[in-house]
Amino acid sequence: MDFKLSEREELLRKSIREWAEKEIPPHMEAMEETGDFPVALLKGMGQMGILGVITPPEYGGNGLGHLARVIALEELGRVCPAIPMAIQVHHMCTYALNTWGNEAQKKKYLPPLAAGETLGVVAVTDPSGGSDVAGMQTSAKLEGDKYILNGRKCFITNAHFSDIWVVIARTGEGGKGLSAFLVEKGFPGAKLGRKENKVGLRGANTGELVFTNCEVPKENLIGAEGDGMTIAIRDITECGRPGMASVGLGILNAVLEQAVKFANERVLFGKPISKLQAIQWYIAEIFSDLEIARLLAYRVGWMLDQKMRVDTEAAMAKQFNCEAAARSARKAIEIHGSYGILKEYPVQRLLRDALVAIPAGGTAEIGKLVMARTALTMFG
Amino acid sequence: MRLIVCLKPVPDPKHWNKLRLDPETKTLVRAGVPAVINPLDKKALEASLRLREAHGGEVIILSMAPPEAAPVLREALAMGADRAVVLSDRAAAGSDTLATAHILAGAVRKIGDFDLILCGDETIDGGTAQVSAQLAEFLDLPNLMHVSDIQAGPPGPLLVRSLIEQGSLLVEIAPPAVLSVAKEINEPRYVTLMNILQAEQKEIAVWSLADLCLSEPCIGLQGSPTQMADLFAPQRTKRAEMLAGEPREMARQLADRLHRLGYC
Repeated sequence: MDFKLSEREELLRKSIREWAEKEIPPHMEAMEETGDFPVALLKGMGQMGILGVITPPEYGGNGLGHLARVIALEELGRVCPAIPMAIQVHHMCTYALNTWGNEAQKKKYLPPLAAGETLGVVAVTDPSGGSDVAGMQTSAKLEGDKYILNGRKCFITNAHFSDIWVVIARTGEGGKGLSAFLVEKGFPGAKLGRKENKVGLRGANTGELVFTNCEVPKENLIGAEGDGMTIAIRDITECGRPGMASVGLGILNAVLEQAVKFANERVLFGKPISKLQAIQWYIAEIFSDLEIARLLAYRVGWMLDQKMRVDTEAAMAKQFNCEAAARSARKAIEIHGSYGILKEYPVQRLLRDALVAIPAGGTAEIGKLVMARTALTMFG
Repeated sequence: MRLIVCLKPVPDPKHWNKLRLDPETKTLVRAGVPAVINPLDKKALEASLRLREAHGGEVIILSMAPPEAAPVLREALAMGADRAVVLSDRAAAGSDTLATAHILAGAVRKIGDFDLILCGDETIDGGTAQVSAQLAEFLDLPNLMHVSDIQAGPPGPLLVRSLIEQGSLLVEIAPPAVLSVAKEINEPRYVTLMNILQAEQKEIAVWSLADLCLSEPCIGLQGSPTQMADLFAPQRTKRAEMLAGEPREMARQLADRLHRLGYC
């Protein structure tokens, strides 16, 4: 078993880190203030190849794959977790299109998504609840050569800054009555709804998409009618959860760096507090969480590159990494003492970011259900 | 244009706290410290890539480095260089700037025709800023340092701006020449993921000194007139002295002290 990253992966990490450290920080203050996604960064991320990392070269991407994606998102998250949050959802849009879209759809939509000319979303959650996918009410009815969509999607990452929406809507009864559609923001009847004001991951915009007799050309159905549930669940499992695991991993990197920096700089009792055993325990615990999170996330990326199923592993990585990020951020705040709750210090933002990451891409409890099902079968 | 860029892998400044000095061998212990492209060499590479983009041609990386430096050279290829030549030979160990320049000159002769050799003004580890001038001397070529701009309109001479303390000089140089660049020259490009993939197809040729037909007394420790007498980390001490009195009096005392310390 070889845990060493290849020369390619190491160089990828280095180049994303250089880009992220220089290009993202000038936008972070505005992101915190407004909650808006920094659209100005999109083109740069397209040029860097971040947006097209799981898009094949024939559709404008580089196809470096899922482990490369995890590393890239980790590095973005180390600097500003809201950026990989937005980008991982953009990846979900490209993944759905590339996996289930037809040739014409891929040729039309994937190259601008990979280049950063358009931003994508995947819209599954209805106001009736995200965990109850089969209970969604947003409907799609075929009328002539168009589907007519009616309903509302909420908690949609990138909503107000996006151009291309993969929307899951009901075309029939039950779980098998769901279908997936490609909706452009300019289609008649497609509107933006509420813009949410979140406590963390500010800059990864969250909002509503509203469909009032929205006209979607028949050829924009992704896959066949009835494929919607499969597309939604597999997209969340194979792209969304590994993406969220990477966001958690990115936060953990930042948390450890901030904790160590402060512990080395802060002098109490005549020495840096990093010399105190109580502080070292915190540091060791955060470090362990970071390393475990990295192993879990990289394993999922590697398995996806081997075309393996990752249902359990992705749920585990997502659930562990985001919760580890939150508990580690709390410990980092403890290390900072009262400074930790001041806005000048990033640890308070990292805690808010981690808390918002926990329910994204499926709650921790839904993830645990997936894991428990596997454990009960495997060891029963 | 055919451009050769001399590039040195140096310890990553972000990890300098891990560097140690070996009092026995009087060398820097680099083990465990990742290498990066010397920052000014990266700017020399960027300058050469821009010249190639404007006028066509080839960019060749030339580096004297151990085999472990391969990732650094791969990064240079990912930035856009066409190929790399690395001189890896134990016999080169201990080379000072003169012996290094001698070896690099041998490699340049083996590479053959070229228009320009570009270097960084200095490296962040040795910091001697001697190699480009020595290389030019061995190759009997014109040399200009502190270059902040290169305008090329081949055929014909290059228009090169060189920074001096009072301003800058605008110099016409007929290629071939050796230029070393200042930090002001450009901002190097990012390496994109597609560039990384493309770089994997590019060649890194490993040459030994035997390939260069150099005379042995000119290389390694034997060919190095500079011998390290000692290498040590300076003792850092801090001392505070509080001045008292009226502001005018304190200002006078401060000026006196600075004068005595040789600062003014």
